[in-house]
Amino acid sequence: MTVTKIASQFFGVIMMSLLPLSLSVAAPLSTERQATLEHLLIQDCGSCHGLRMTGGLGPALTPQLLADKSRESLIATVMYGRPGTAMPPWDALLNEQEAAWMIDRLLQGVTP
Amino acid sequence: MMRRIGTVVLAGLLTACAGQPSTQLRGTGDLGIVIERAAGSVQIVEHSHNTTLARVEGLGDLSHASVVFSRDARFAYVFGRDGGLTKIDMLTAKIDKRIIQGGNSIGGAISQDGRLIAVGNYEPGGVKVFDADTLELVADIPATTVADGSRGSRVVGMVDAPGQKFLVSLFDTGEIWIADFSKSNTPKITRFTNIGDQPYDSMLTPDGRYYIAGLFGEDGMALLDLWHPEKGVKRILDGYGRGSEKLPVYKMPHLEGWTVAGDHAFVPAIGRHKVLVMDTNTWQQTGSIDTVGQPVFVMARPDARQIWVNFAFPDNQFVQVIDSETHEILATLEPGPGVLHMEFTPRGEHIWISVRDKGEVQVWDTATLKKLHTLPADNPSGIFFSDRAHRIGL
Repeated sequence: MTVTKIASQFFGVIMMSLLPLSLSVAAPLSTERQATLEHLLIQDCGSCHGLRMTGGLGPALTPQLLADKSRESLIATVMYGRPGTAMPPWDALLNEQEAAWMIDRLLQGVTP
Repeated sequence: MMRRIGTVVLAGLLTACAGQPSTQLRGTGDLGIVIERAAGSVQIVEHSHNTTLARVEGLGDLSHASVVFSRDARFAYVFGRDGGLTKIDMLTAKIDKRIIQGGNSIGGAISQDGRLIAVGNYEPGGVKVFDADTLELVADIPATTVADGSRGSRVVGMVDAPGQKFLVSLFDTGEIWIADFSKSNTPKITRFTNIGDQPYDSMLTPDGRYYIAGLFGEDGMALLDLWHPEKGVKRILDGYGRGSEKLPVYKMPHLEGWTVAGDHAFVPAIGRHKVLVMDTNTWQQTGSIDTVGQPVFVMARPDARQIWVNFAFPDNQFVQVIDSETHEILATLEPGPGVLHMEFTPRGEHIWISVRDKGEVQVWDTATLKKLHTLPADNPSGIFFSDRAHRIGL
């Protein structure tokens, strides 16, 4: 086993153990980042889901319609997309904390 | 003498309508509509002097709004996301009529004779057709029910075609329909099924002959020859992305008008940083052009010497200009974040570009590739000039 391999495995373990931790103790998103995410939510998510989240090519994402869905599965949908539909994975652009923030905003209800 | 009085009375009436101290008579050939999508308003603009003439408010949810024009190019019909259909008088800058015709709509078209307005709806899935003068319902055509029976298919790619026809594609059920209103207001519907997986938008050639639907669910497009509908729908550009991995698509591309130069047509590749080139005689792919992002609109200047392309998030600050003969990128412009739409002036000397996040509409010279003017606008999206009134299939 090469040093690199060991190092990468070790690093992997560290990462695995760090991930849940980093979520629970992550610093709150900066005001600036929140503003960027809010803009992304309304303008770019809104391209398919409607600026008022009342639906379009993508389904409506109003608080009423999301009420019976689990928060975790909604976050996973944002991060990994929904294969077979037009919903892309956003994990290249958002981390889990940011996806969670956006889901929480949707659950509160957004208006442009 | 009578004639002069008539003119004065008419001018007086127009003034009264506009509610402004003095309104000069004017044509509408240089007018246009800019959608301010978040505010639910539109600007009436003119491209002779690049100015805003008026703002009209109260149009509801204008996410993804589009516009068609009456054949006299005086009225603009705005299709809103919330099912709103608004008829605007561009001369008086007033809403002439407004209805909520559906729950969730995607766009529409005006018939060859200018008498009918058709709207494609996501919810309830289907097509509704209205009298262009009164906006009274003329026909209601429900879409095919989706496999699980829960709702009608979403309808996309609505265009008008010669012979008093409308064409649409059905996203969920993979169909193309022709609705023929030439005999009566009860249309004859011709359905083509199994045309491909998830058609997302479509376009019509300027002569009104070929209808082409882009497919989201697979790599390829569906072609219908309206001179020979009996031959059915043919698959073109089949498997264009073979061997290369598709990237996440953060914004659906649009097919609008027809981007053709000589024997070559230019279309966006889904999920790839490429514009595809195909031969319009054989409909085979002949090449591809690498671009800075995933193309959204791929539009030929009216003389077809240049192809202008904008891009999906996160590359939507760029616009690229392609030489239609050599297929080289002539320029990579950076109008600013959130370039959503482009519209050429009728003869192509300028292009108007909406730059959402800067709150601007920019006017660029297509010969020098320099920015000439900037007009402030509230989160602008679509730009539509009135010369569309006289073009087929928009």
